Amino acid sequence: MAVLQAHQVTHHFNGVTAVDDFNLTLEPQELVGIIGPNGAGKTTIFNLITGVYRATGGTITFADAGIVGKTPSQITALGIARTFQNIRLFKELSVLDNVRVAHYARARYGPLAALLHREGFRREEETIIGHSLDLLAFLKLDSYADELAKNLPYGLQRRLEIARALATQPKLLLLDEPAAGMNPQEVAQLMEFIQWIRNEFHLTILLIEHQMHLVMNICERLLVLDFGATIAEGKPREIQNNPRVREVYLGGEAQT
Amino acid sequence: MDLSRVKSSVEEAARKRWLLPALLLSVFALSLVIHQFELLDPYVQLIAMYIGINIILTLSLNLINGYMGEFSVGHAGFMAIGAYIASFLTVKVIPAPLIVWLFPLAIAAGGLGAAVIGLVVAFPSFKTRGDYLAIVTLAFAMIVKSGIENIDTLGGPRGFLGMERLATLPWVCFWVILSLWIIRNLIYSRFGRGVLAIREDEIAGELMGIDTRQVKILAFTVSSFFAGIAGGLYAHLLQFINPRAFDIIKSTDILIMVYLGGIGSIAGSLLGATVYTLLLEMLRPLGIWRMVLIPLLLVMLMLFRPKGMLGLREAPWLIPIRDRLASRMWRAKKGAT
Repeated sequence: MAVLQAHQVTHHFNGVTAVDDFNLTLEPQELVGIIGPNGAGKTTIFNLITGVYRATGGTITFADAGIVGKTPSQITALGIARTFQNIRLFKELSVLDNVRVAHYARARYGPLAALLHREGFRREEETIIGHSLDLLAFLKLDSYADELAKNLPYGLQRRLEIARALATQPKLLLLDEPAAGMNPQEVAQLMEFIQWIRNEFHLTILLIEHQMHLVMNICERLLVLDFGATIAEGKPREIQNNPRVREVYLGGEAQT
Repeated sequence: MDLSRVKSSVEEAARKRWLLPALLLSVFALSLVIHQFELLDPYVQLIAMYIGINIILTLSLNLINGYMGEFSVGHAGFMAIGAYIASFLTVKVIPAPLIVWLFPLAIAAGGLGAAVIGLVVAFPSFKTRGDYLAIVTLAFAMIVKSGIENIDTLGGPRGFLGMERLATLPWVCFWVILSLWIIRNLIYSRFGRGVLAIREDEIAGELMGIDTRQVKILAFTVSSFFAGIAGGLYAHLLQFINPRAFDIIKSTDILIMVYLGGIGSIAGSLLGATVYTLLLEMLRPLGIWRMVLIPLLLVMLMLFRPKGMLGLREAPWLIPIRDRLASRMWRAKKGAT
């Protein structure tokens, strides 16, 4: 059974077509990449899946439920989490609190219990703190638990963003350019890391990336977007040899 | 830090767990004694009560402006609603012999009335934020003011009087402690972390599963509730209110106390309200120059400490131990197993 199904998804911004007839099926624990030049509509697809934008047309199904029209927080609660192209941590909060925030939808206490700090509230909060610190330890971030997120070095901020996304207990993880700004050595570590979390957390992963080396090595399947349209889909090797993809990426060099 | 030191620091903190409740309780007991035996000069008691009312207002506004990062300039409006509802109840509804007993209920009713209106103001905050929401709250405060001016039963522009001086030091103290406790509890809960996430990055917060509408409704309701409480107390201290007392100047006063003490800080709110109230009193002999000196002070503040004296920093004794020592307690527990 598919984890996510996008069927004929279309999105317009004031008459400009950003995504046109987008189709995607993700099987459990698949690792799929979306590539394409700047402005091809890659991040827009993430925004459509996570409910930041409401698709103008088409359907998106996650875990057998239609999610077009749901709010981002409802979609996250269903089990889709993401990171951002330009890191969007809660900068003035501690590393621990960044992860605790992401437990919002899972916490089982209401406003009244929170205002009065009742017994049920306390137990639940202690569980959340325990989970958060275990998760940070798992991703080797626990020694920074009390630091402000803004004080972490760049690479660790990227990792914290992934930790925060994992804290929502997702089934599907969307990574928006996880290797942006990393050197080749860091990219190699990241590739291992992505495969490791997929196995540990039984995740399906969809990622956007510009670094061909990363995409070609770890993705099982690739989609190539250009001007909102899917121009190719297939295994990394097939994509590499696809003439249309070469044209888009190499600016017609394929013809010469 | 090695494990034994982690453990001993956790144990020591656990022993001090009762410090804050004990402190608040003794402050309350002290206020009772002072009131009962007239230990303080009535003027000093009056100033203490003003400080208390201002602390409630500052905590209330800090929740929206400091913690949530929105910009409300309409808090005098909530205060007015609380003041008028409570006053109307004690003057026109509650029979005279029962007034002393039912006074806290009248104050609470004022707070609830303000909270209901706060709920209404929460809705525009779903759609807009920043400067635009500031305009919405400003408009709201103007509606409240002109609304009251046109209700004859409430005295219209002439104001409303006849309240007994029911606000006493112990009562003000009681409401200060309650607001402190509730607002602190809110901040150190999942809803409070939602409030902070809205300030830091609303979209990212929403994408981490925070129901931002629920959080905003709760924050606005709690905030306006306590602004209403402060209004009710204010009315029963002054024994006279009129719509002009709740205009933009009043809202500005509260803003100043928030930004003076420190945004996103309870300790900052306590400090800001106290310093500002005392400063206004001490500079009284300067007459008209007072209103030149204080804005000047504000300019200096914004230039040199734009987040206030304790901006985004909290006094450790106000943070629940569970939160303050979370990582240490976890480490101690891991080490033990």
